[in-house]
Amino acid sequence: MIRFIAWRLLAGAGVLWGAATLTFLVLHFTPGDPAEAVVGGEGAAPTPEVLAQITAEYGLDRPWYEQYAGHLWRIVRGDFGTSYRLHTPVTQAIGEQAWATMELALAAAVTGLVLAVAVALATAGRRRWIRGLAAGAELLVASTPAFWLGIVLLTVFSFGLRLLPATGSHGLASLVLPALALALPIAGVLGHVLREALEEVLDEPFIVSARSRGLADTTVRVRHALRHALLPLVTMSGYWVGALLGGAVITETLFTRQGIGRLLVAAVNAKDLPVVLGVVLLSALVYVLVNLVVDLLYRVVDPRLKEAA
Amino acid sequence: MKRPGPGLWLAVAVLAVLVLAAVAPHLLSAQDPLAVDSAQTLRPPSAAHPLGTDENGRDVLARIVYGTRTSLLLGFGAIAIALVFGGLLGLAAGLGNRVVENVIMRLSDIGLAFPELLLALVVITVAGGGTANAVLAIGVANIPGYARLVRAQTLAVRRSSYVEAAHALGLPGRRVILRHVLPNAVKPVLVLATIGVGTALVAGSALSFLGLGTPPPEPEWGSMLSTARNFISRAWWYGVFPGAAITLTVISVTVVGRALRLRSEGRTSW
Amino acid sequence: MVKPMVTVENLRVAFGAAEVVRGISFEIARGECLALVGESGSGKSVTARTLVGLTGGGARIAAGELAFDGQDLTALRERGWRKVRGGRIGFVLQDALVSLDPLRPVGKEIAEVLATHTGLTGAARRARVAELLASVGVPEPELRAGQLPHELSGGLRQRALIAAAIAADPELVIADEPTTALDVTVQAQVLDLLAELKSRDRSLLVISHDLAVVARLADRVAVMKDGVIVEQGPTGRVLGAPEHDYTKQLLRAIPAEHTKGTRLSATAPAPPRRPPGEVVVRAQGIGKSFGGRIAVQDVSFTLRAAETVGIVGESGSGKTTTARIALGLSAPDTGSVEVHGQSWAGLDRAARRRLRRDIQTVYQDTLAAFDPRYTVAKVLAEALSVAGVPRRSRRERSVELLELVGLSPEHLSRRPLQLSGGQRQRVAIARALAPEPAVIVCDEPVSALDVSVQAQVLDLLEDVQRETGVAYLFISHDLGVVHHACDRVLVMKDGRVVEEGPVEEVFRTPAHPYTRELVAAIPRLTAV
Repeated sequence: MIRFIAWRLLAGAGVLWGAATLTFLVLHFTPGDPAEAVVGGEGAAPTPEVLAQITAEYGLDRPWYEQYAGHLWRIVRGDFGTSYRLHTPVTQAIGEQAWATMELALAAAVTGLVLAVAVALATAGRRRWIRGLAAGAELLVASTPAFWLGIVLLTVFSFGLRLLPATGSHGLASLVLPALALALPIAGVLGHVLREALEEVLDEPFIVSARSRGLADTTVRVRHALRHALLPLVTMSGYWVGALLGGAVITETLFTRQGIGRLLVAAVNAKDLPVVLGVVLLSALVYVLVNLVVDLLYRVVDPRLKEAA
Repeated sequence: MKRPGPGLWLAVAVLAVLVLAAVAPHLLSAQDPLAVDSAQTLRPPSAAHPLGTDENGRDVLARIVYGTRTSLLLGFGAIAIALVFGGLLGLAAGLGNRVVENVIMRLSDIGLAFPELLLALVVITVAGGGTANAVLAIGVANIPGYARLVRAQTLAVRRSSYVEAAHALGLPGRRVILRHVLPNAVKPVLVLATIGVGTALVAGSALSFLGLGTPPPEPEWGSMLSTARNFISRAWWYGVFPGAAITLTVISVTVVGRALRLRSEGRTSW
Repeated sequence: MVKPMVTVENLRVAFGAAEVVRGISFEIARGECLALVGESGSGKSVTARTLVGLTGGGARIAAGELAFDGQDLTALRERGWRKVRGGRIGFVLQDALVSLDPLRPVGKEIAEVLATHTGLTGAARRARVAELLASVGVPEPELRAGQLPHELSGGLRQRALIAAAIAADPELVIADEPTTALDVTVQAQVLDLLAELKSRDRSLLVISHDLAVVARLADRVAVMKDGVIVEQGPTGRVLGAPEHDYTKQLLRAIPAEHTKGTRLSATAPAPPRRPPGEVVVRAQGIGKSFGGRIAVQDVSFTLRAAETVGIVGESGSGKTTTARIALGLSAPDTGSVEVHGQSWAGLDRAARRRLRRDIQTVYQDTLAAFDPRYTVAKVLAEALSVAGVPRRSRRERSVELLELVGLSPEHLSRRPLQLSGGQRQRVAIARALAPEPAVIVCDEPVSALDVSVQAQVLDLLEDVQRETGVAYLFISHDLGVVHHACDRVLVMKDGRVVEEGPVEEVFRTPAHPYTRELVAAIPRLTAV
C-alpha cells in the first residue's frame, strides 16, 4: 500500500514536472520576443523599461538551461509571475477567484451525480419505454452545450418567469442556474455510463443469485448493483475535472460570475500569458490530486485490487 | 441483434441536411446571411424570417444555414487532426519497443492532465483566435486521448489468439501487422471518433462563444450565441435556434456513432 | 399417495416470438433428486429459473400447473416470491466466481439469507454462517467468511454458494450446472455434498449438460431438447436402456465410455488406422518459470506421425505453457523442442517461419481464433498462401479442405460470427491443415462445445488423422476426452509429468496416487 502511494506520488510529480516544462516551452517558443509575449504580445506596445524589467525578472538574458531551472524553481516556490493586465502576482489573482469557482464546481458535481444516480437506479432494467425515455433525456442533455443550456435557462427562469437572478455571484439564488447549466450535461454523460453499467451488472449471475435468496428489488439494486456500477464513474476522474473546469469557463462567462474561468478568458483575450499558464498549471495540479484520491478511493470500493498491486 | 430504428434514420436524415447546408447553403436559404437591415432588427419569427432576425436585422435562419460549414469544420477538422496524430503516436506506442512506448505514454499522461478546453485556450493565446486556430486548438487538445485509445486497441489486438494463430501459421511479422493488427486496431477507434466529432463541435463553438473562435460577422453557431446572450430578455429566438442547431447536430452524430459501434461489435442485424 | 414437492404440468416459456420451453411436465417427490439434462439452448436453465420466478424480463409463462408443496406458483406476486426464494427453495448457480458478488465477503452473502428468512441477529448470524460453511466442508470457516470470492478456490466458492442456498434450510434445492467450471477432483466432492442433502430428505433438481455427472446423483432423469422433454424415467433405465434417439446420441457422445477407434457420433465408420511413423516432435527436459514461479519443469515427450499424445492436468498444471513451448511461441528456460529434428532455439526468423508450417494449432476459444473481419475463404487463402500454394489453386484447395472437415463450399463466404461454435472449430482444423503440417497442437479443442458437437469434432479429428497421418499433441483437462482421443498420455501436476504411458494402461492401472485420484473422480455412467 505504501509503495503504491509512493509510486502514485512520483507519477503525479512527473506529470506536474511535464506540465511545468510545457509552460516553459510555450513561453519561450511563442514567436517574437519572450519578454513581449509575457506582457501581451507586440500589440501591447510595452515601454522599453517594462521589457527590461521583464527580461531581468525572468532571466531572459541567461542561457536556456538556467532559465529553465529558474522557471521550475519559481513554480516550486509558488511564484507564477505577475499578471500584466492586473499588475498583481498570478497566485494572488487566482487565489481571489478560487472560492467562487470551487463553490460552483462542487454544487454542479453533487447535483450532476445525484441526478445521474437517481435516474439510473430508477430506470435501469425497467420496461422498454421507461428505458427509452431515460436514454433520450440523457442523450438530449449530454448533447446540449452548457452555454446554450444556460441561455435557455435564463430565457425561461430569469426573463420569462423572473424567478432567479440572471447574473452575479452572491447568495444561493445566483448559484442555482449556473450550477444547473454546468451540472445537466455532466448528469447526461454520467447517467448514460451509469445506466449502461447498472444494466450490465443487473444481468450478472451474482444478481440472479442475490434475487434467488429472496431479496427485494430495491435491496438488490442499492446493496449489490450500485457499487459495481459506480466503479466506471470513479475511473472517469479526468472527465470530471475537465468537464467542471472547462464548464466553469463557459458558465462564469455566460452568467457574469466571478471565478477562475472568467479570469482565464479575460487573460486569453489580453494575451496575459502568465495568468493563462498559471491557471493551466493549477488545473494540472487539481487533476493529479483528484487522480491520487480516486486511485485510493477505488481500492476502498474494489478490494480486489489490494493484492493486485 | 437490433435493427436500425426510426431514430437512426432520422439522425441520418439530419446529417444529410447538414452536409447539404455545408456544401450548398444557398439551396436551403434564399437570404444573404450578411445582409444588414436596420429596419428589421430583433424581429420575432415571421413568414419573411422563419426564425426571426438578429440585432443587425440579419436573417437568423440564413445565418444558421450558412454557419453549418464552419461548425462542421470545427467538429470534423479537429477530430481529423486528433485521429491522424493521435493514431500515429498510438500505433508507434503499441507496436514499438518499450522505450518508444514509455516516452509516448508519459507524454500523453501530461497532455491528459490538462482539460481539453484549457489546453485549447493555451493554443489560442499563443497562436491567436480565428476558425483555423480553433480547429487546431481543439484538435491538439484531443491528441493525447486518441493516442491512448489507439495504443490500447493495438495491444489488445496484438495479444488476441487470431494474431497468435497468424504467427503460428508462419506469416511474416510485418504482414501480420498490416493485415490483422492495423485494421482491427483502427476500426473501433474510427467508430468512436464519430461520437467524438460531437464533443469537438461543442468545444469549438464554445471557443467562438467566448469570442476566441470564428470572429463576427462570419456566421457560426457558437459566435451567434455569444452575441445573442446580450439580447436574451428581448429576443428568445435569437438565443434558442442556433443552440438548437448545435444540440441537434451533436445528437445526430452521437446516434449514428453509437449505431456504428453496435455494428462494429457485431450486435446488429445490418 | 404423498403429494409431490414440485408439480410442473405443460409449462411453456417464450421470449418474444421464440418459445424456448414448449410444454414440459415433471414432478419431484420429497427427498428425490431429478436431473434435467440437455445441451445449450434446450431450455433447461430457463425451466429452473421459472421455478423461482426469475425467468427474466419479457418472458411469457403459461402452465397447466406450476406448484410447489401444493402452493400455486403462478399466482405469486413479488412479495410472495421473496418468501419462497431462499427460504423454501434454494438456488445454486453455475460458476461460483460470477455467482457471488465479487465485492462482498462470502460470509455476508450467506448472512443475507439468514437476515431475510430467519429471526437471527448479529452474533447468532455470524455463528450460523461459520456453522454452515463448516457443514459444507470449508476449512477455517470464520476466516473464510471474511474473504472475498476471488480469494477462494473454485471448489470453496462453489461450497460457499451451496451454503448460501441451504442457509434457511429450504425444502428444495435447485442446482444449475453446479460442477461445470470445476476441476474433476473438486467436481466429485461437490457432487458428494449435494448427495448428502438428498439423504437429509431434501428434494433436489439438478440441471446439467453432462449425463455422466448426474448419473451418480439423480434418482430420475429428464432429457430435454429444444424445449421439450424427450424422455424421462428412473436413472438406471434411461441411461441403461434409452428409448429416444437423442438420449442414445448423448450417451454415445460421452468420450470416457468409448476408447479410441470407436465412433462418438452417428457417422460412417472410419478408414483403417495407420501405424505410428517417424518421430516428428521431441521435447527434452523443458522447463520454464514466470517471475520466480515454476510453470513447467523437466517435461520430455516424443510424438510420432499418425499418433496422438495427450497432456492432461487440472488448471495451473503447466499444460498450456508446454503447448506454447512446443509451438515455438515461447522459449523454454531449459531443455529443447525439436520438430523434424530441428530445434527452435538454433533457428533464425526465416527458418522459424518455415518450420512453423509443420506444427499448427487449434484453440479452445473458437471465436477469438479468427480475425473478425475475415471470411472463411480469406482465412483459408491466407493459410494456403503461407504454405506456398499458388493463387489460382487456392480456392479449389479451400473447398477440398472444407470437405475434409465436413463443411461445404457455401461456408466460404461466411464470417466467424455467422458460424456455430462447432463449425468454427471445423474451420480452425481446416486452417491448421492448410500448410500440410506434421503436427497439430490441440489446446482444449472441444472444451467450449456441447456434448454432441464435441463428439463430432473428436470423430473428425480422428478421421483427419487416418486420412493424412498428422500427429496431435492433445491438451485437455477432461480425462474422458483424453481417454477417447489419445494413444499415449502424460499426466501433469504442478508443472511436472507425474505419470505417462499408453492411455489404456494409465487409465486401467494408474501408478501415481494423483492419477488414481483423477481417474476415480471421472463421472461414469456405471456408477449408478
